[in-house]
Amino acid sequence: MRVLMFGWEFPPHIAGGLGTACYGMTRGLARNGVDVTFVMPHASGDEDQRFVHVVNASDIEAVYGKVDGGMDDIMDKISFIHIDSNMVPYISPEEYREYHDEFVKSGKKVWETKDIWSQRYTFSGKYGANLMEEVARYAIVAAQVARELEGQFDVIHAHDWLTYFAGIAAKRVSGKPLVVHMHATEYDRSGENINTQTYAIERAGMQAADKVIAVSNLTRRTIIEKYGIPADKVVTVHNAVRFAEGDDSAPEERGVKDKIVTFLGRITYQKGPDYFVEAAAKVLKRVPNVRFVMAGSGDMMNHVIRRVARLGIADRFHFTGFLRGEDVHKMFRLSDVYIMPSVSEPFGISPLEAMRSNVPVIISKQSGVAEVLDYAIKVDYWDVDAMADAIYGLITYPALSHMFAKKGLEEVTGLKWNNAAAKIKAIYQEVIDKNQNN
Amino acid sequence: MKTICLYFQVHQPWRLKTYRFFNMGKDHNYLDDLTNRAIMQKVARQCYLPMNALLLKLIKENKGKFRCSFSLTGTVVEQFKAYAPEVLNSFKALADTGCVEFLAETYSHSLASLASKDDFVEQVKLHTAMIKKEFGQKPTAFRNTELIYSDDIGAMVADMGFKVMLAEGAKHVLGWKSPDFVYTNAIDQKLRLLLRNYKLSDDIAFRFSNQSWNEYPLTADKYASWLEGETGEVINLFMDYETFGEHQKASTGILDFMKALPKAILKSGDMEFATVSETAEKHQPIAVLHCPHVMSWADEERDITAWLGNELQNEAFTKLYALKDKIKALKNKDFDYVWNFMQTSDHFYYMATKWLSDGDVHSYFNPYGSSYEAFINYMNVLSDFEIEVDKALAAKKSRKKVKTA
Repeated sequence: MRVLMFGWEFPPHIAGGLGTACYGMTRGLARNGVDVTFVMPHASGDEDQRFVHVVNASDIEAVYGKVDGGMDDIMDKISFIHIDSNMVPYISPEEYREYHDEFVKSGKKVWETKDIWSQRYTFSGKYGANLMEEVARYAIVAAQVARELEGQFDVIHAHDWLTYFAGIAAKRVSGKPLVVHMHATEYDRSGENINTQTYAIERAGMQAADKVIAVSNLTRRTIIEKYGIPADKVVTVHNAVRFAEGDDSAPEERGVKDKIVTFLGRITYQKGPDYFVEAAAKVLKRVPNVRFVMAGSGDMMNHVIRRVARLGIADRFHFTGFLRGEDVHKMFRLSDVYIMPSVSEPFGISPLEAMRSNVPVIISKQSGVAEVLDYAIKVDYWDVDAMADAIYGLITYPALSHMFAKKGLEEVTGLKWNNAAAKIKAIYQEVIDKNQNN
Repeated sequence: MKTICLYFQVHQPWRLKTYRFFNMGKDHNYLDDLTNRAIMQKVARQCYLPMNALLLKLIKENKGKFRCSFSLTGTVVEQFKAYAPEVLNSFKALADTGCVEFLAETYSHSLASLASKDDFVEQVKLHTAMIKKEFGQKPTAFRNTELIYSDDIGAMVADMGFKVMLAEGAKHVLGWKSPDFVYTNAIDQKLRLLLRNYKLSDDIAFRFSNQSWNEYPLTADKYASWLEGETGEVINLFMDYETFGEHQKASTGILDFMKALPKAILKSGDMEFATVSETAEKHQPIAVLHCPHVMSWADEERDITAWLGNELQNEAFTKLYALKDKIKALKNKDFDYVWNFMQTSDHFYYMATKWLSDGDVHSYFNPYGSSYEAFINYMNVLSDFEIEVDKALAAKKSRKKVKTA
């Protein structure tokens, strides 16, 4: 079986959630005997005028440095194609516009996006003036690619709305079935104030698709209820997690003796940072020997800092700003409790990383990852009392935290991309069969 | 005879380095040594050294008729010693002329007068001892950090035995009254007040090099004629010393202006120079100044919102002074040193969120990208300091136990 996949760049080059998921999934598919032609946007800068580059797997090694774990075992199963574009996952039309305007004004070419992963973002004059234009341009090039690869793939798989037009274009050109993968919906990103253009593209992609994959049942419900996609067309495949070979659980040398409770993520409405602050204030009234850390940055950061100051807990509540690379792992290793109080989280991979570092986690019931975890304390994001209670329990009763840490590590180790990929392969098979019968 | 009272404020804060959560418990060097040294040496080169040389020359030329006053914060003197000892020597040379008065203030350029009387008195004592030691003068005049003043603060200052205090000639306090007379404190009338003539002071400090100002360029003769035209008995020109050569670069001609000023003022014979204490002695107080609310010389509002105007600043301030008793109990010089530089008002100034009319001035002095960054960094340092204080206290207690056992 051969798939033409419109995905996103891999870590370590880009370490966003989407790139990470694409990487794990592609590996899993290759292990399951699926050939993957992986098409991704790649900004090459002004010097190079070609729009499409065929890159083989060994070049990918060279371009990205050592991909963790190596890809020797699956190299013959995957080939790569770069489409010259400056799209990056999770960018909003507004951000794109901001970067573009600034580019026109000052010629500044390299950006770091404002989320925790701080992706590098390259701009060049040959790209679209706004994100929607760029999405359309990308689709045209994608159609070209699909035409050239005629007969070399059986199914098309597109990740995130930015590549949906590309997926649709490839389907029209080739007549092959299309699977779209919803990693997040516009409702997760923007609450109720959605960008209607983005919404329209997501919906068009799902309507044109033969099957829609949702990363959680939560996301699946949103797709059915808010996008009006027929329920039998939407399948949930939970993300898995792939860990680097290195031992993450080696304890970090600690500066402070107090227990550390950590929030790590973008400080935006969607992630529920406010509830964490209120819970922290409640815990601090009871136990003095605990510190809270909010790692990351985002549009609510200043608001949160002011709230912390007003509550009078600033000597016990620390901000790290955004962390990158090794610092993220260091933060996990320093933590005694990890908390993800997201108001809305399609999946949420960070608790799994925390569990991998032997840290017990508290997650909101409104997160997709809550569907796959047993050894995590689950609370409603708005239930500050329950959250405070859970934090108190985990830092006060060693038996409880040991149990969660130990069982959690076992549980998270069992979430393998191989299994998720097998489910995806079955979905491919289904749409291929159906396509051939028509 | 009209008295011209020139007073210069000399201050540099100890700037904190970027101190992250990961440093806590491991790294107890809080200062950005490189920046502190670079700034001190730059300002020494551009302002302190050339201006001190100029003033010394003017004093000698005018044979005692040119006089002025200074206040130097404890932190700036510490920095002279660390990075520019020749500056300290040049100030000592000025002190030796007998024409220069050194005022008392808070040691750390702190907001202690707003914390409590104890904190305030301690900071002032520390500073007075330093002035005595370095310049051989026992100060009798006082100026509070950023001219922060109220009736109550004035009363505390009088209690400490000072005879004169400086304050801002703020319009909202003076109303129709002129700053060009000597006033007294409302609670203790023995304390005389000199009020800054902000219009004439800022003509030099802020407007001197402003080419869109309709009085540009300002010459010493023109300025002397303005002073001549003022109707009061004293004209108090108070400004940052760094105005000369640093805020206003030498290329603007500010040093030449200063060089020509004494002659232009003394020429007519009906104006004289005097130090702060001399000025207050020479003239009878004309009225009591009522100032129930705290004022300062900063910003449009002339209040204290530049330092204690938002929840970030209030939180940092409260958490800082909550450590006071522990520091006192410790009696350890190393901890006192940190305790002092953490009190410096500049740290709180960096956390200000009022960026409208005075945004330019604020950002000029601010090493941080935003007030929030300033707050986070300060609180990280303070948290680590608190941990260290607690550790040291615990160690001290256990030593005591061993001794008594």
